Amino acid sequence: MSNAAEVLPDRMPAQIMIEMQAVHKWYGEFHVLKDINLVVGRGEKIVVCGPSGSGKSTMIRCINRLEEHQQGRIIVAGIELTSDLKHIEAIRREVGMVFQQFNLFPHLTVLENLTLAPIWVRKLPKKEAEETARYYLERVKIPEQANKYPGQLSGGQQQRVAIARSLCMKPEIMLFDEPTSALDPEMIKEVLDVMIELAQDGMTMVCVTHEMGFARTVGDMMVFMDRGEIVERAPPKDFFASPKSERTRLFLSQILAH
Amino acid sequence: MADIDIAEEIPLPAQQRPPVVTSGVIGWLRANLFNSVFNTILTLLAVYFLVSTVPPLIRWMFIDAIWSAPNGQACHAAISQGAGACWAFIGEKWRFIFFGRFPYEEQWRPLFVIVIIIGLILASCDRRLWGRRLVLLWPAGLVIVGILMWGGVFGLRYVPTELWSGLPLTLILAVIGMAFAFPLAILLALGRRSKLPAVRMVSVAYIELVRGVPLITVLFMASVMLPLFLPAGVTIDKLLRAQVAFILFAAAYLAEVVRGGLQAIPKGQIEAADALGLGYWRRTRLIVLPQALAMVIPPLVNNFIGAFKNTSLVLIIGLFDLLNTANTALTDSSWQGFANEAYVFIAAIYFCFCFFMSRYSQMLERTFNRGHRR
Amino acid sequence: MAVQTLATPSRPAPWRDPKIRAIVIQVLFVATLAALIGFLAYNTVTNLRRQSIASGFGFLDREAAFGIGESLIPYSPADTYGRAFIVGLLNTLYVSAIGIVLATILGTMIGLARLSSNWLVAKLAAIYVETFRNVPLALQLLFWWALLRGSAPSPREAWELLPGVFISNRGITFPVPFSEPAYLWMALALVAGIVITIAVRRWAKRRQEQTGQQFPTGWAGLGLVLGLPAIVFIAFGAPLRLDVPALRGFNFAGGTAMSPEFGALLIGLVIYTGSFIAEIVRAGILAVSWGQSEAAMALGLRPGQRMRLVVLPQALRVIVPPMTSEYLSLTKNSSLAVIIGYPDLVSIANTTLNQTGQAVEGIAMIMGVYLAISLLISLLMNLYNRAVALVER
Repeated sequence: MSNAAEVLPDRMPAQIMIEMQAVHKWYGEFHVLKDINLVVGRGEKIVVCGPSGSGKSTMIRCINRLEEHQQGRIIVAGIELTSDLKHIEAIRREVGMVFQQFNLFPHLTVLENLTLAPIWVRKLPKKEAEETARYYLERVKIPEQANKYPGQLSGGQQQRVAIARSLCMKPEIMLFDEPTSALDPEMIKEVLDVMIELAQDGMTMVCVTHEMGFARTVGDMMVFMDRGEIVERAPPKDFFASPKSERTRLFLSQILAH
Repeated sequence: MADIDIAEEIPLPAQQRPPVVTSGVIGWLRANLFNSVFNTILTLLAVYFLVSTVPPLIRWMFIDAIWSAPNGQACHAAISQGAGACWAFIGEKWRFIFFGRFPYEEQWRPLFVIVIIIGLILASCDRRLWGRRLVLLWPAGLVIVGILMWGGVFGLRYVPTELWSGLPLTLILAVIGMAFAFPLAILLALGRRSKLPAVRMVSVAYIELVRGVPLITVLFMASVMLPLFLPAGVTIDKLLRAQVAFILFAAAYLAEVVRGGLQAIPKGQIEAADALGLGYWRRTRLIVLPQALAMVIPPLVNNFIGAFKNTSLVLIIGLFDLLNTANTALTDSSWQGFANEAYVFIAAIYFCFCFFMSRYSQMLERTFNRGHRR
Repeated sequence: MAVQTLATPSRPAPWRDPKIRAIVIQVLFVATLAALIGFLAYNTVTNLRRQSIASGFGFLDREAAFGIGESLIPYSPADTYGRAFIVGLLNTLYVSAIGIVLATILGTMIGLARLSSNWLVAKLAAIYVETFRNVPLALQLLFWWALLRGSAPSPREAWELLPGVFISNRGITFPVPFSEPAYLWMALALVAGIVITIAVRRWAKRRQEQTGQQFPTGWAGLGLVLGLPAIVFIAFGAPLRLDVPALRGFNFAGGTAMSPEFGALLIGLVIYTGSFIAEIVRAGILAVSWGQSEAAMALGLRPGQRMRLVVLPQALRVIVPPMTSEYLSLTKNSSLAVIIGYPDLVSIANTTLNQTGQAVEGIAMIMGVYLAISLLISLLMNLYNRAVALVER
């Protein structure tokens, strides 16, 4: 069990983007998150890993209220996450999320997917929203697909559009929920490249992923979860070289052995 | 790398109970009934609605109901004093509602018919019997039904089809309608997908024509025009006319259902069959149809429910199905004015059949989906 | 090098050639069908002649000599069969049109209720759907008819549901306003309201594209469409003289009545079709994957925006085809009016048939009308489907 002070002893409060204090969640009687304590500073890249069912997706979904926690406090970008709709909306504006299943809107073109939220949530004029959209499409390296529909793109292209869509809202934090798990192997690299570039530009990121190569490249902190609790956290170097807990070692042996 | 001792016990953290406010009965209430202002208002409205309708209904149907009375006037007298439903009416009329004009002493025969048909339907629901046994069971069952209803053999008194009525008639119309519509539907579906333009056009024309008109017009057509279609001197009894109408009508709708199944067969199946050298008919019989039909069983059951409900329309051409016998029972001068009781009674009967079938079809769909998930 | 000429494949024997076989099969098929139809037609003609029944549609110009209970256009027994037929057709379209609108509203509400997070509301909606789906429509119509006619008292003891609204076995009688000049202006104001709303919508959309500011077009439109006629109404001094039904002798005079037949047919059709529409709406909304809503939530869209911009467009694609099928079903089911005596198309054609004996023409006319309606609706639906199909690789 670790607490915030132990993890980041000298962070100034203004630089803390996400803070989870003693968070618990139950699905009915099932205790799915147990005493989660996590602090994410600005510009930090946290990689969350663990066996399936360990609660990692649930945990990051609690950050933007796609799931609701029953106990504990979650503070995102200085705003406390409660049932207050105003807080939730403010937090969702600052937090972008990329899903395993992309979840692009199939009835809108790629450009319309990207400009939907800036126009309706940030109330930008259409021209400005489109300029931002084209800029980010450029950055994910598919500017020519702007007027196509998601159904016409490959999986890798769709996920890159999804990343661009979140970036168009200029969020402070990006959450990734197993972004490459639904992709064919030859498309994983193109998505990871985009994520690495994003990381190197200084974005605060929390990623749930099995891509350990990515974790080693950009990760500042590895968080291992098992059965609903955070078992171990350490910088990638230490995490892979000398895991402290039995469970961590067991997990690593299973995914790194081949 | 350190040796991982798998036998070492990994201690589980202590299980905490979720906070009371979010679990148990109170948690359920909060989550399901009162989780927002809007929902709270809705819940209160719903409760008000229930409280104002359910107790009076229960009082009318059970508590204040009259279970026996000598005649209608006695019931009415009791009602004007505040009694509820006059179930004595049903008690008096149930045999007529169930068996209609079938001769009174022979009514054990339609009773057996009802049991046999229900038995056949239940047997068809059991997947273990699917296959050859079922294909033999149905004709055997229907032959027995025919013998029991018509009589004239084995010492049974002959009963003409004009006297067949009530629930047996409803079941016979529905079951035989579907049974004969099925092969016709398969032919139509295959015809619609045929490469021969003439066959395809005729199939499409038939299907779209029959699906575009109400069942009543098909019944009228059969009842009025069928005698005209036949050479002079050939008569065709009313029941057969209605049965033909149902068969023709159901076939068009079933054809669309079967066509959906045929369309869902991957092309690879046909290519494999062709590669093996099977001709069109062998390929269809052995490869395509079994798969297509297995896929469309849930919509098929839904069609049967529709067919069962549609039998109520024969009252228009003067046949006495379950609805019409109930209607006729209401015309008895000594038992006037119990429409509510009669209609609620047979609505319950229809509901039991249809609800059971629809639950069964939903269960089938779930089982098949489980099998198809990759 | 000598060029080898490729041998042309030899034509198979005629009885093995698939092309010839196809033609032969089709010819045989059509010939058999033609023979069958010819046989039936010959029998029909002979039988009709034997029974001295006329042929052809000349009977449409003959006097009908039967009354019709309710009609949208003036009709008397001295009018022709043709006119009676038109009265029936109008009645069918009238009850179907109103039925479709009401069933859609009711069905959508119940469908949404089934999806509600409120357990009680969802369960009640489920009970509604299961109850009315599993009982034959004919039975439901008879039930409502008996309720409106039999259980209702005579006009002298009619229930007064609301001031001026009476329920008796003559139907539901309610007050109607006398025609006033102000109403014409109000209608014009309504049209003006609609036109202005469309213009406002265009302006608001352009403004949003340019500056990003949003305008509550929905509320503004509602205000215009309701408010402008209301202003006209008040400007004229709020003239509202109701023709209130009052008991004169044995029946009501004044006001207007909705016959128990029409009432029963409408209520029965709306409740029955509504239960099917509820299931269609529910399936349509469930068909939109939850991930779409999650993505919209993660982007910060509000529930109303999520519904309008993301969920509904996708749900409608799944809802509209079976919905139009239900509309067609409702129109066809209105033919059950003959059971309770409402003079719809089938009912009147049936009377005509019985009187003139010209069954073939009568039934052909009925089927022709319904076929025309079906084909029209199918056509519209195919156009809609093609217009909104999702573009895929």
